[in-house]
Amino acid sequence: MQQNQKLAKQLMKKSKTARYERFGHLLSLSALLLIMAIVLGIIIFIATKGLSTFFKDHISLKDFFGGVIWNPGTQTPSGQQAVGALPMIVGSFLVTILAAVVSTPFAIGTAVYMTEISPKRGAKILQPVTELLVGIPSVVYGFIGLSVVVPFVRHTFGGSGFGILSGTFVLFVMILPTIVSMTVDSLKAVPKYYRQASLALGATKWQTIWKVVLRAATPGILTAIVFGMARAFGEALAVQMVIGNAALMPHNLVSPASTLTSVLTAGMGNTVMGSLQNDALWSLALVLLVMSLFFNLLVHFIGRKGAFKK
Amino acid sequence: MDKPIISAQNLDLFYGDFQALHGINLDFDANKISALIGPSGCGKSTFLRCLNRMNDMIDGVKITGTVQFHGQDIYSPQVNLVELRKSIGMVFQQPNPFPFSVYDNITYGLRIAGVRDKQQLDAIVERSLKQAAVWDEIKDNLYDNALAFSGGQQQRICIARVLAVSPSVILMDEPTSALDPISSAKIENTLLELKKDYTIIIVTHNLQQASRISDKTAFFMEGRIVEYDDTTKMFVNPDDKQTEDYVSGRFG
Repeated sequence: MQQNQKLAKQLMKKSKTARYERFGHLLSLSALLLIMAIVLGIIIFIATKGLSTFFKDHISLKDFFGGVIWNPGTQTPSGQQAVGALPMIVGSFLVTILAAVVSTPFAIGTAVYMTEISPKRGAKILQPVTELLVGIPSVVYGFIGLSVVVPFVRHTFGGSGFGILSGTFVLFVMILPTIVSMTVDSLKAVPKYYRQASLALGATKWQTIWKVVLRAATPGILTAIVFGMARAFGEALAVQMVIGNAALMPHNLVSPASTLTSVLTAGMGNTVMGSLQNDALWSLALVLLVMSLFFNLLVHFIGRKGAFKK
Repeated sequence: MDKPIISAQNLDLFYGDFQALHGINLDFDANKISALIGPSGCGKSTFLRCLNRMNDMIDGVKITGTVQFHGQDIYSPQVNLVELRKSIGMVFQQPNPFPFSVYDNITYGLRIAGVRDKQQLDAIVERSLKQAAVWDEIKDNLYDNALAFSGGQQQRICIARVLAVSPSVILMDEPTSALDPISSAKIENTLLELKKDYTIIIVTHNLQQASRISDKTAFFMEGRIVEYDDTTKMFVNPDDKQTEDYVSGRFG
């Protein structure tokens, strides 16, 4: 009887491990809350700053997204405020899309070689090489772009060499490792038995790669490309060094242009807080933020649609 | 007596230093179901995979001896592996349809062989799904993802996928072990139907299944053949003591 009561008492008391568990739970929860608070804070801060161009300075959305003259604080010949962000938006999208278009075939080829054709050599040589490419600081990419790519473009295609094309070449190398490593992951995630079934039906290795493995991995490869594009879209320094930084509508691939990020990095030290010039830059930052959120949502959407059903 | 359609002679197989098969001699007759039984790890699946050279893909595998298919050594360097695997199809233990539509699954083997004619493809899809006894259940959903169907249906889709390329031999590696009894029964009935047109070699852990559907049974132990005979004799009156112990459930 006595023993039973003792046991009952013990059962009602919190054990040491339960306390530890609660402590760990709280610790990770608070870390999560902190990060969420920071992210939310950044978004709210940029949104209030960025939107004040429209609410405080009364710039119309049409002038901002449709205007082609960027010189905040001055007026266009037709009398509007010169805060047309269209050249930068076009510039950003052009370098991003071109870089993705150039990178993707190379990345898929490399990834197929690493996983399907020669996994041993892939793991030994190509894996470290792609990891190294990720680790190179972007200023180094920009420097190489400035001293190698820009002269090359100038000699081959004419113009000053600064422009969308040079930006594309530099971004191509920068986003290649991102797309390669994520494509490798998605190819590795294709179950082995798909390959076996294909080979057992009389398919060659090449047919198996092309018609089964790549097809089954398509959602993963799309995710990889979107991630690469997000990186290209957000890259500032290296692009700024080779694109020419003229806030003009690019009329060809070798004319100096600019991107959202390049205008931001070039202008952020030179404006006064609260002025129109400053607010306009925040609006560019807001566009960047919204775009990267969009890329993230796209990745989630593709990932959910393409997850392998077990 | 007809000539055997597949004949293995003195087949040895090594995984690196480990010898998995020891001097296997087996002849398989056309239009029969032959069952390979034995405890786990006895080499029956490994042997099955020798017959369409699926072991080629594994690193460090060495095979000696010969496997003849219609009198041709399939391990000779001149053999066209693509043609060989079209003639000797394989169904795996886990249903493994591609994550595409049923239609694309069935036509895969034909398309990679260059068949483009839509009418011909349609006809073959219908024929092979009917042969695999799954047509009635899925004929309205041919363009749905094959992974959306039940395990038993998926396995029959896989059988139909093999039938679509018109092999003469079908190798089956425990095709019903991942399925429930009702699905298994459906597949067994399918196999009995298919026997008229195809030669079937099936690895199974299910002794009742072997006795129900097969004409001949080979009993494997530790990489060797213990006994190979008509199924009725194997299960009623085997020559070997080990076979008798195994089929009566005394070990394994």
